[in-house]
Amino acid sequence: MSILVDKNTRLLVQGITGNEGLFHTQHMLAYGTNVVAGVTPGKGGEWVLEGKVPVFDSVRIAHEATGVNTSVIFVPARFAADAIYEAADAGILLIVCITEGIPVQDMMRVRNYLDQKGIRLVGPNCPGLLTPGEAKVGIIPGDISMPGNIGVVSRSGTLTYEVLYALKLVGLGTTTCIGIGGDPIYGTSFIDVLGMFEADPHTDKIVLIGEIGGTDEEKAAEFIADHLTKPVTAFIAGQTAPPGKRMGHAGAIVESGSGTAADKINALQDVGVQVASHPEEIAELLALF
Amino acid sequence: MKLHEYQSKQIFSNYGIPIPSGRVAANAADAKQIAEELGGHVVIKSQILVGGRGKAGGIRLAKSPQQAEDLATKILGMEIKGLPVRKILVDEAASIETEIYLGITNDRSERKPVMMASSAGGVEIEQIAKETPDKIVKVHIDPLLGLRDYHVRDMAAGIDLPREHWRTFGQIGRGLWQAYLRSDATLAEINPLVITSQNRLLALDGKMVLDDNALFRHPDLAEMRDVDVEPKAETEARKYSLSFIKLDGYIGCMVNGAGLAMATMDIIKLHGGKPANFLDIGGGASSEKVAAALRIILSDANVKAVLFNIFGGITRGDEVARGILAALREVKTNVPMITRLVGTNAEEGRRILSEANMITAETLVDAAKKAISAAQGGEQV
Repeated sequence: MSILVDKNTRLLVQGITGNEGLFHTQHMLAYGTNVVAGVTPGKGGEWVLEGKVPVFDSVRIAHEATGVNTSVIFVPARFAADAIYEAADAGILLIVCITEGIPVQDMMRVRNYLDQKGIRLVGPNCPGLLTPGEAKVGIIPGDISMPGNIGVVSRSGTLTYEVLYALKLVGLGTTTCIGIGGDPIYGTSFIDVLGMFEADPHTDKIVLIGEIGGTDEEKAAEFIADHLTKPVTAFIAGQTAPPGKRMGHAGAIVESGSGTAADKINALQDVGVQVASHPEEIAELLALF
Repeated sequence: MKLHEYQSKQIFSNYGIPIPSGRVAANAADAKQIAEELGGHVVIKSQILVGGRGKAGGIRLAKSPQQAEDLATKILGMEIKGLPVRKILVDEAASIETEIYLGITNDRSERKPVMMASSAGGVEIEQIAKETPDKIVKVHIDPLLGLRDYHVRDMAAGIDLPREHWRTFGQIGRGLWQAYLRSDATLAEINPLVITSQNRLLALDGKMVLDDNALFRHPDLAEMRDVDVEPKAETEARKYSLSFIKLDGYIGCMVNGAGLAMATMDIIKLHGGKPANFLDIGGGASSEKVAAALRIILSDANVKAVLFNIFGGITRGDEVARGILAALREVKTNVPMITRLVGTNAEEGRRILSEANMITAETLVDAAKKAISAAQGGEQV
């Protein structure tokens, strides 16, 4: 089993004819994801990848024609908020936004709008989701994980890949890996995902990869104490990050003493989460359960 | 991106917030001129992007144009917290009765902008929050609806503002919201907003921080960037779309991915080393990008070894290896390089690199240890 994406996912790619969109659509298709349609305004009627995927001018038309239920967005930052609104208004209930660099005020408006409509957004500034053997929605390399019983949730990109790959090397696979992204305002939080993994019968263990900035790991710790029965193993990046500096990710910043790696590690350890001292240790810690 | 006081105040003024009469000057003669125009009683304020100007003597009161010139000369020659004072703001001096704090920032956990006011103005908001948190009135603003007029009235009541000032306070609050909204700010702050002895409301200081991700739609604001406040290497990195933060260690890092780059720094520290920088090279490791990144890392004389940590997903390990070798042909250096490659074609990449006599590693821990050893002169190939 899995959360959010699986073999029933009917995927729309917004920005399908751009460099990023086309490249990743090819990989998603090759993985076996059910990519049903694409949208690039103005290119409706075309087909991409040698007739494999039809392109439509708008999400509404694509949705009416093909019944897509999930959208992945590869649209540049300046147009990404609009793309999210378009998908939401067309009735897509799960939107995954890969785009990095969306203005934070755009994201505050988007998030508040989606909350009112009850639509789930994953990201932005994220690698998307991978349910091994069933669906790859985004850019997580397909061959670094295999089906298994571990749920992985992370704010990072390549750091997540490190962990997935390290797990694979010792024979550990995942139910779903979900990248929630590196921005300060995002669609799906650690708590949202932890709740989903707790409810998923095939997920037995959870890996949480966090980093400096914000207080979502601390809130997750409270949630774990109150609601989780399944064991959580974590790694938090940024113990050596200087305060007040944005470390690559827009959300990775320690501000006014808040959001330090130390605070997050302490909060998680206080509720019984095993926190690895480096990413490669996660596989060892998981073996202890 | 931080804006100077004079820049922030100019923007506030554009949105109807009353600010003192004053102008910015880059030399003492101009300061004297401005002081004369303003009637002689002025405050000379250093324009630098760090806090603590006052304590460092960077804000001084002048009672005459001549004194203004003398103080300007002194302040323009200063360095405050390592930053040179290149500009000063010469403002008409105000006599202060009451100091108020008024600011808008992003509340990340509520996912909304939050407006805050306090009657304990003139002090850092973090200090007020720590010492007298009940003196801060907060209102969260729905990002889709914007600031409502009643929000500002609630703030005025909350800080016991005399009713005669409510109307102007309303204009100021709405002006601040517009400034914040239309500039894509992450912070817009007036501290202090004063009631003068002439019973006027006046924004005596102004501070704005802008969202870097939004600068593409504010080219006029983007031009206001002061590069003095960051190390040269960070300015250079921005040109190549590299994410780079200078630190004070001796092991240079080049990694693909921000989280992985932070983890790499952490592991170096865990094994007794000190990272010299954070650098996220992003997707694709073309030799141009790698060369640019390498030059930036090596511009720091403290760097004694460079650790490449690349996870090849879509980016293939052999491509990365060739990119690194090509970069090294351009950027000649004796500093030892340690490369750790994982993922797609990593084995091939490592083979290409060892044939070129480069130190390679398979695990992150191994790479960190080898880098620290090489930096201490121990690792021979």
